[in-house]
Amino acid sequence: MNDVTPTREQRTAALEGLGCKRKRVEDIRFTQGKGNYVDDVTLPGMLHGDFVRSPHAHARVKSINSEEAMKVPGVLAVITAETLKTVNLAWMPTLAGDVQMVLADGKVLFQNQEVAFVVATDRYAADDGVSKVVVEYEPLPPLIDPFKSMAPDAPVLREDLAGKTSGAHGPRKHHNHIFEWTVGDKELTDAAFKKADVTIKELISYHRTHPSPLETCQCVCSFDKVKAELTIWGTFQAPHVIRTVVSLIAKLPEQKIHVISPDIGGGFGNKVGAYPGYICAAVASIVTGKPVKWVEDRIENLTATSFARDYHMTTEIAATKDGRVMGLRVHVLADHGAFDACADPSKWPAGFFNIVTGSYDFPVAHLTVDGVYTNKAPGGVAYRCSFRVTEAAYCIERAMDILAQKLGMDPAELRLKNFIRREQFPYHSALGWEYDSGDYHAAMRKMMEVTDYAALRKEQASRRAAFKRGETREIMGLGVSFFTEIVGAGPSKNCDILGIAMFDSCEIRMHPTGAGIARMGTKSQGQGHETTWAQIIASEIGIPADNIMVEEGNTDTAPYGLGTYGSRSTPVAGAAIAMAARKIKAKAQMIAAYKLEVHEDDLEWDIDGFRVKGLPEKFMSMKDICWAAYNSVPPGMEPGLEAVSYYDPPNMTYPFGAYLCVMDIDVDTGVYKIRRFYALDDCGTRINPMIIEGQVHGGLTEAFAIAMGQEIRYDDGGNVVTGSFMDFFMPTAVETPHWETDFTVTPSPHHPIGAKGVGESPNVGGVPAFSNAVNDAFSFLGSTHIQMPHDYWRNWQAAKNLGAVAA
Amino acid sequence: MIPGTFSYHRPASVAEAINLLSTFGEEARPLAGGHSLIPMMKLRLATPGHLIDLHGVAGLTGIRRDDDKIVIGAMTTQQQLLASNEIRTALPILQEAAALIADPQVRYRGTLGGNVANGDPGNDMPALMLTLGATYRLEGPNGARNVAAGEFYQGAYFTALEPGEILTSITIPAPAAGHGYAYEKLKRKVGDYATAAAAVVLTMADGKVASCAIGLTNLHETPLLATDAANVVISTGLDAATLKQAAAAAEAIMSPAADARGPVEYRKHVGGVMVMRALQRAAGRAR
Repeated sequence: MNDVTPTREQRTAALEGLGCKRKRVEDIRFTQGKGNYVDDVTLPGMLHGDFVRSPHAHARVKSINSEEAMKVPGVLAVITAETLKTVNLAWMPTLAGDVQMVLADGKVLFQNQEVAFVVATDRYAADDGVSKVVVEYEPLPPLIDPFKSMAPDAPVLREDLAGKTSGAHGPRKHHNHIFEWTVGDKELTDAAFKKADVTIKELISYHRTHPSPLETCQCVCSFDKVKAELTIWGTFQAPHVIRTVVSLIAKLPEQKIHVISPDIGGGFGNKVGAYPGYICAAVASIVTGKPVKWVEDRIENLTATSFARDYHMTTEIAATKDGRVMGLRVHVLADHGAFDACADPSKWPAGFFNIVTGSYDFPVAHLTVDGVYTNKAPGGVAYRCSFRVTEAAYCIERAMDILAQKLGMDPAELRLKNFIRREQFPYHSALGWEYDSGDYHAAMRKMMEVTDYAALRKEQASRRAAFKRGETREIMGLGVSFFTEIVGAGPSKNCDILGIAMFDSCEIRMHPTGAGIARMGTKSQGQGHETTWAQIIASEIGIPADNIMVEEGNTDTAPYGLGTYGSRSTPVAGAAIAMAARKIKAKAQMIAAYKLEVHEDDLEWDIDGFRVKGLPEKFMSMKDICWAAYNSVPPGMEPGLEAVSYYDPPNMTYPFGAYLCVMDIDVDTGVYKIRRFYALDDCGTRINPMIIEGQVHGGLTEAFAIAMGQEIRYDDGGNVVTGSFMDFFMPTAVETPHWETDFTVTPSPHHPIGAKGVGESPNVGGVPAFSNAVNDAFSFLGSTHIQMPHDYWRNWQAAKNLGAVAA
Repeated sequence: MIPGTFSYHRPASVAEAINLLSTFGEEARPLAGGHSLIPMMKLRLATPGHLIDLHGVAGLTGIRRDDDKIVIGAMTTQQQLLASNEIRTALPILQEAAALIADPQVRYRGTLGGNVANGDPGNDMPALMLTLGATYRLEGPNGARNVAAGEFYQGAYFTALEPGEILTSITIPAPAAGHGYAYEKLKRKVGDYATAAAAVVLTMADGKVASCAIGLTNLHETPLLATDAANVVISTGLDAATLKQAAAAAEAIMSPAADARGPVEYRKHVGGVMVMRALQRAAGRAR
């Protein structure tokens, strides 16, 4: 050995593998404005489509007259439901087992519903055409309040379901009822409540909001009449699912459909489902034989494509007088809007809401969810969370605070008393999940130590006294949140989308020079997959991450995958990568044994190659093995070095975390200041700490927005009153608090590299931390629960209702 | 979000601009910074057939001192106000308010003239103009005239501008040396219009308020001069009871709309809070 031989540490560092704060390789093009997004796709002869939308929340469509629109120069076609009926596409199936109008068929059911699609030679002409389409409506009474949806005299929204007493998820109780979903043991739960010393009951609502990615939903559809092939560039989080859905509903052979997701400017669940724009653009292209582009504007995005949340959760906890939880009972009224277009795994009408027992050892629990129709936009997507998990986390974290208040206990102490203990994992929850791993006490105690929680509580006590003496008009709140997520959908035994199991996939192909390409069934929308996937491979097979190109989003080249949402990429595809890499490594070992003239079992792996045990100088690097794979493989072995893995996860993963928000509220204006926000996340093995930190920052910013003001609000007439970024709270850098991040590491025992997923944890855990801080601030004035969002005027209203502001 | 068809004109002189406005009448709209007009056009709530861009018109920008007055060209941007030593010295409240208008990108494009001439109750500068006793120079086919800011605003988006007229400059009497000032603006986020805002310019003598003017933003369909509230504080030391009386007097003339910023009751309440806070901060600055 001479002094230029790299050390083991240097060899490991050169790989930039697991645990490395590797800079994001995709940012080279993004920071130079060289990304390639759907709206960058321009094809010869491309046409543009735009929608005529309903101004009414509920109305009969008496007539659609497109005569004047067709006279606008450049307008080529006006497509209506009648046009779509000729190809049997006036309605489309939803991921939730419902059907949805593509274009208004006889009536409209929400404001800004798609009524007609104008196709023109440019976007200006399309909009000019839209303004000339005359639609005659007969307004009908709108149904906006979900609590009135199942009243006997409630208006009938879905005339297409007349007489259908059951839907995709069982019996329907009312003409506006979609499903009832029940989990848990009612009798045992009722018994626990009968025995309880203390019970609480509160209606905890999680308001309607919207993922609102920077890039709106959009597509370019190009039908080649000669080859009878359809190519779709779209902002799809799950391109393969889109291909299969298009094949099934458009009756096109699947090999003749090419779906390409280029760079995507954020998804957050908004880009999982299929929207009328996609269908209309595809039909327009098939009809005209020309490419057709459809690009949603911001108002359309906020008001028509896929809201999130809108869960109204009546929550009860039974406990002993010393604060041990005995039972949980939750009823959810779920407002799904006009169509059930919830993007959940097919068998889960309320997603994984049955994670609602949270991080606590509830002996028994009972959950019922009623889904109802209203005259609002369809959706119910998982906005930066696994399916309905943020609703569940908010529900239990708010309820635990309410219980602590009733018991006169500190909310952190109550949590510590009821956590699932480390030795209880794998833990079977009362509502049916098997939590893989966790050390909740350690995480919570670390949070309390680092933030000096006890000192903050003391400060709060003295500030409350000062407020009561009239020395200050500010109140201080501490928001504790301890969440358990359930991500990585999911095992084929209980997760599918339209019958396709929710595995994911990776194909690795090594080139002779020691470089390679990995193709994935996932699709990054900003998560940094091109960076992190290469890091997993680097650690598994000893090839520097820089030498691995990651490719996603082209259904012709990528192996079939279910896409990226619900923090499933690392738990599922991340595992597929490791498994594919291990297949590569196994073959590499055979090649190395052959070249080093020893038995395979005499070799040991050493960072970036194989070494003969006991003979350290006999070493063959992975780079050299790649070369050998193309010229001197053992007799009988096929040349080449590539592998594919389709990974069906044995279980979900369960990331968790302990958050604390310190907030001050001026009761005279309702203006709040986030003094401090501490977030400890445990996502198991950490692939790239810098990317994790970025994910936590982004997720917390969205959580902050949601809790403190971001909502899709309707007035009584069904008009969206928060349909632009003027009124829909999208915080800028000025409003966004400073984030302190921290971590513990509890690897997943069933995941090949122990990773759990992190992208959505901060949204799941962040919202209750903010809301608990507001509620904690007001609690000493006598309130138990104040509904979100906690914007300025509502904070002032709360202060006024509690007598803290003179009328 | 795609505007309809329009013709674009870029006149080089005020006379040419007036001529174009007169020729096209109701079909024409002058374009300054465009931050109100262009979004309205994208939503097709405004559909002018002719846009008369004033950026090429000579002589519409600049800040100059004219004895005890400051004259500001209508096309002077918010950023130019922020960068001006003249404004910093004579009219610091304009800088305080300009810095609260949206973000730097907007301020580099948005103009003082556009802000005051549009008649949008959400704009910040009109209430300051009332508070400072500004005069607007309007030029039109029948020549030029001066209109006091207090006479200019007639209703939301309705002003004293006659067809064919352009607001070309704003003249503001320089407040007394040593005056105190403050612009208190409550907004939900950067880029938002005020939930409520109050402008105060005052002078103090022997610890008592000697003179005072109070303007209110976005609390009525026009900007307001809260004269009664200002009278309440004259000759007082701004004790707590006086501040409350001033807030109550100001609230009495407010009639904001309920919107996503909050219900009427809230907007009036915080309007009063802004008045109290602006008075206190202005008094603290007076010498």
